Amino acid sequence: MHEMSLAEGILQLVEETARREQAQRVKTVVLEIGQLSSVEASALEFCFAAVAAGGVARAARLVIVDVPGAGECLACGLAVPMESLFGICPGCGSHRLRPTAGTEMRVREIEIE
Amino acid sequence: MCTVCGCGEGEARIEGAVHVHADGTVHSHSHEHAHEHDHHHEHGVGSDLDFGAGPARAHVPGMSQSRMVQIEQDILAKNNRYAAENRQHFDERGIFALNLVSGPGAGKTTLLVKTIELLKDKVAISVVEGDQQTSNDAERIRATGVPALQINTGKGCHLDGHMVGHALERLQPSDESLFLIENVGNLVCPAAFDLGEHHKVAILSVTEGEDKPLKYPDMFRAADVMLLNKCDLLPYLEFDADLAEANARRVNPELTIFRVSATSGDGLAAWVSWIESGLEAQRGKRSTIVDALKARIAELERQLAAK
Repeated sequence: MHEMSLAEGILQLVEETARREQAQRVKTVVLEIGQLSSVEASALEFCFAAVAAGGVARAARLVIVDVPGAGECLACGLAVPMESLFGICPGCGSHRLRPTAGTEMRVREIEIE
Repeated sequence: MCTVCGCGEGEARIEGAVHVHADGTVHSHSHEHAHEHDHHHEHGVGSDLDFGAGPARAHVPGMSQSRMVQIEQDILAKNNRYAAENRQHFDERGIFALNLVSGPGAGKTTLLVKTIELLKDKVAISVVEGDQQTSNDAERIRATGVPALQINTGKGCHLDGHMVGHALERLQPSDESLFLIENVGNLVCPAAFDLGEHHKVAILSVTEGEDKPLKYPDMFRAADVMLLNKCDLLPYLEFDADLAEANARRVNPELTIFRVSATSGDGLAAWVSWIESGLEAQRGKRSTIVDALKARIAELERQLAAK
């Protein structure tokens, strides 16, 4: 359940920013979560609601922007879409794929007032 | 209370330490670094937001006090900062650090004990043991004669960079030594958390399934080395070791794999020799750093003498 630690990481970034901006409350938190990252979005939402309780982000809506996975074939160099951390190159059939996008877990921005 | 970062409450315990942590990440610290990427824009925000193109650009005074503030930071930024500090600490001292990860029962502690027995006469070793509860594993390691520190994560499912930073302060590993971290037995969560190690080493035992690397790809992707353990049991099992290796390489084509048995000792020589190469590389890196510093000092002394 590392989503709990991730939720705490998010909350820390959000609360630091909210404090610096002298926000009364945080309305929205926008995250970018890659398709190939180790995050389960529903677990993250659940955990965020739990850790944000009582603070400036207690009523915040979590918006998760999915970032599609992509990779390249180490055998033939073809750029391939990736839905999981492993797959087969549609060009040459190799399993040697390396992800090039979709592994990120970022806090993009927050809406405050 | 911890004098380094002021953390003070919660469930995680570092064995023998006077301070307590809230599962490693909940507490606040006095040594946070300000990040530099913040630039905020004020916008009037109606009921809808276009997150693809950024928030609506028109600011309508009096309509709403809401505004968007860009953060653009990795969720793990804080952990990664602690990890980078740990890695710098290791590199400056020529220490080689490994983070051993596996599901519960794959044989991490037995493997560590055997590895330590093979290496302890050649190199100084210190060990961090991560478990939710008990100090049983640290006691098993101490029985080999090397220092070990138990970290109990309480409810936490993984070690993080901050906990390992504290462990470093307490263990004070000597220069050019081997630093071994046995993570919490969990094939999922520790994958995401950099501790500052040079390599994650995933341990898969032949009493598990050949498809474990496909079921838990994050860990096998994050690791640089896989040890296929308990190979002495292969004659008694329907476990296809070649298939397990092929599955692991599907997830991570660059993976270095050793087949070992901690119980019989088979295959451990190659693993130990791999560790020795890593120690040698760290010694080389350290002498490069030291040489660069010496050259810098000599240059400053030359400049001073010229004044």
